[in-house]
Amino acid sequence: MNLAWILLFLPLVVAAVNQLVLRKNPLVPWVSTGSALATLVISFLLLGKEGTTGFNWATIGDFSLQIGITLDSLSTGMMIVVTGIGTLVHVFSLGYMADDEAKSRYFTGLSLFMFSMTGIVLSSNFAMTFIFWELVGVSSYLLIGHWYQKDSAADAAKKAFITNRIGDFGFMVGILLVWSITGTLAFGEMAIPETVSQGMITAAILCIFCGAVGKSAQVPLHVWLPDAMEGPTPVSALIHAATMVAAGVYMLFRVQVSLGADVFDGTAGNVIAWIGGITSLMAALMATQQDDIKRVLAYSTLSQLGYMVMAVGLGGGEAGMFHLFTHAWFKALLFLGSGAVIHACHHEQDIWKMGGLLRKMPITGFTFLIGTAALIAVPFVTSGFYSKEEILAAAFGKNKFLFGIAVFVAFLTTFYMTRAFVVAFLGKPRDHGSEHAHEVGPLMFVPLVILAAMAIGSAWLTGPLSAMRPVHEHGHAEGHAIILGASIASLVLGLLAGFALYKGKDKNPVSIPLFRNRFYIDAIYDNYLVRYFQNVLAAIVHFFDELFINGLMVGGLSRAAATTGNLFRRVQSGSLQGYAFAFGLGVVLVIYFTVFH
Amino acid sequence: MATLNDYLLVSGLLFAIGLAGVVLRRNIIVVFMCLELMLSAANLSLVAFSRFHPVNGLPDYNGQMLVFFVITVAAAEVAVGLAIIVALYRARQTIHTDELTSLQG
Repeated sequence: MNLAWILLFLPLVVAAVNQLVLRKNPLVPWVSTGSALATLVISFLLLGKEGTTGFNWATIGDFSLQIGITLDSLSTGMMIVVTGIGTLVHVFSLGYMADDEAKSRYFTGLSLFMFSMTGIVLSSNFAMTFIFWELVGVSSYLLIGHWYQKDSAADAAKKAFITNRIGDFGFMVGILLVWSITGTLAFGEMAIPETVSQGMITAAILCIFCGAVGKSAQVPLHVWLPDAMEGPTPVSALIHAATMVAAGVYMLFRVQVSLGADVFDGTAGNVIAWIGGITSLMAALMATQQDDIKRVLAYSTLSQLGYMVMAVGLGGGEAGMFHLFTHAWFKALLFLGSGAVIHACHHEQDIWKMGGLLRKMPITGFTFLIGTAALIAVPFVTSGFYSKEEILAAAFGKNKFLFGIAVFVAFLTTFYMTRAFVVAFLGKPRDHGSEHAHEVGPLMFVPLVILAAMAIGSAWLTGPLSAMRPVHEHGHAEGHAIILGASIASLVLGLLAGFALYKGKDKNPVSIPLFRNRFYIDAIYDNYLVRYFQNVLAAIVHFFDELFINGLMVGGLSRAAATTGNLFRRVQSGSLQGYAFAFGLGVVLVIYFTVFH
Repeated sequence: MATLNDYLLVSGLLFAIGLAGVVLRRNIIVVFMCLELMLSAANLSLVAFSRFHPVNGLPDYNGQMLVFFVITVAAAEVAVGLAIIVALYRARQTIHTDELTSLQG
């Protein structure tokens, strides 16, 4: 168990030492990377361990808040993903951020993030999850806004934080509801009493789901994730593709394990599944029209997260976690690959200015191709294929309509990834930057190669790495042939459509403004929701502030003092006779009251 | 034969006239004289009480003794007061109370 405490607190200690002692020392990146590697080793040592430990952090009457660690197959498996990808991202960052002036701040932020994410994964109770939930929000904010001199990065950081806070409010309400239902916050002790009504449970689950909607960027709070691409690319790979955004799915699955799978039956599960389905569909549609290579991947992440959430909502939490596991590796690979491309093309992100990169950067190109193959689920040889099959199977068994959506999304995924690959890596260079692109150094391509191996092989490593994978009693899931057929058909159609439309093109042949402008959701938020809601709220607050705080409390007191002061100033007129008169009057009054009363 | 009430009435009138003078007049010397008038009113009532309050068939001389002290102190006070007025006039070239308003808030 001591190892687990080291695993949790080592990144925090490193972040503190970096920030307070080493500061701008060139050692900082190496210290952070070393700590990430150490946590990876510890995670491997902890595989297969079980147990719970903790200490009381705050006690209020009978109620105590615990900081605790739960080790089980779920958390140790997730730790492999977090620390494994974390380590590779650290190594990649050594190359990617080599010329950055604020490297120390960047690596300190990464260490802080590793600490927060470890806290979520190992947490033994809801209160601790919530604390670390907010901490990942903070570290995500710091890292998105790493290049804060750019307005767009600073705005994106704020947007991510505020949007997440909206979801987190619901999450907090949900935690309190769960506490009032079960009387405990510890995951291991939760049991729903018979007397609690179904509606109450549904409300609690949906409130908790709000947290996942924010963190995992589901509709309608998905707007922050594409903007979060303003951060450095390795950050996008670690936080906004592999780990933090998956925390919502992880937390939902944790709830499912703690409260029993039947809490997701009925309304709550349906709402969750539909939100996941809608998110995956909308995000895939938007991804087909993005020109920024990172944004294509960001929308793809949204879409895949929608898959996972849908699976959890349909009661197939294991399928969701399985997809989370495989997706983490190949999406991190794709993001780091795009980072390598961006690095090689002198910070050019527009795919229409790239081209022919497969020949210029063969290692990056081929690993990116493997990542793409895993994402579009090339049958039998990629990990993505198996996890996507499981999600399709979960949807097929529960809800045929969502199954249809999922298959269509699979087609769209193939289409937009084919488009991105064909435009960026095939054809001929369209710009000065891609003309002179060179293969990146070993610090950057070694992580790519390792991730590419995982993108292929992670589906076979679920046992040793303690990852979730659904088990079917009869060998194959119901409707196996239909699912396989639909999946392969969507893959072939997507490939054909992608090649037919984009092969050999130098300009965007189709433009669909609705998708390009993200269904205008951001515009609606900015122009209507934020403006009116915020302005009305601000007006009300302003009114109360002016009337009660400023008018009556603070201003009122000072005005009362000033008024009485002015009143008494009149008395001190300086007129001698006035004083004498007042004096005489006073004497008369004193005599009157003493003698005649 | 005048009664105690007659004396007290005169004393009260004198006091009222004095107070009115102090409050209404602007010349500080007149104000000063009115103050003396108020002291005399007090003296008059003391003497009247002394006369109409016999102790062992004789007037109560305690009251009359007090009057002598008042007169003595008043004389000293006049000396000091007039000196202040002279000094005031030298400093401000006026003895009108309207123009002496520096004692204000």
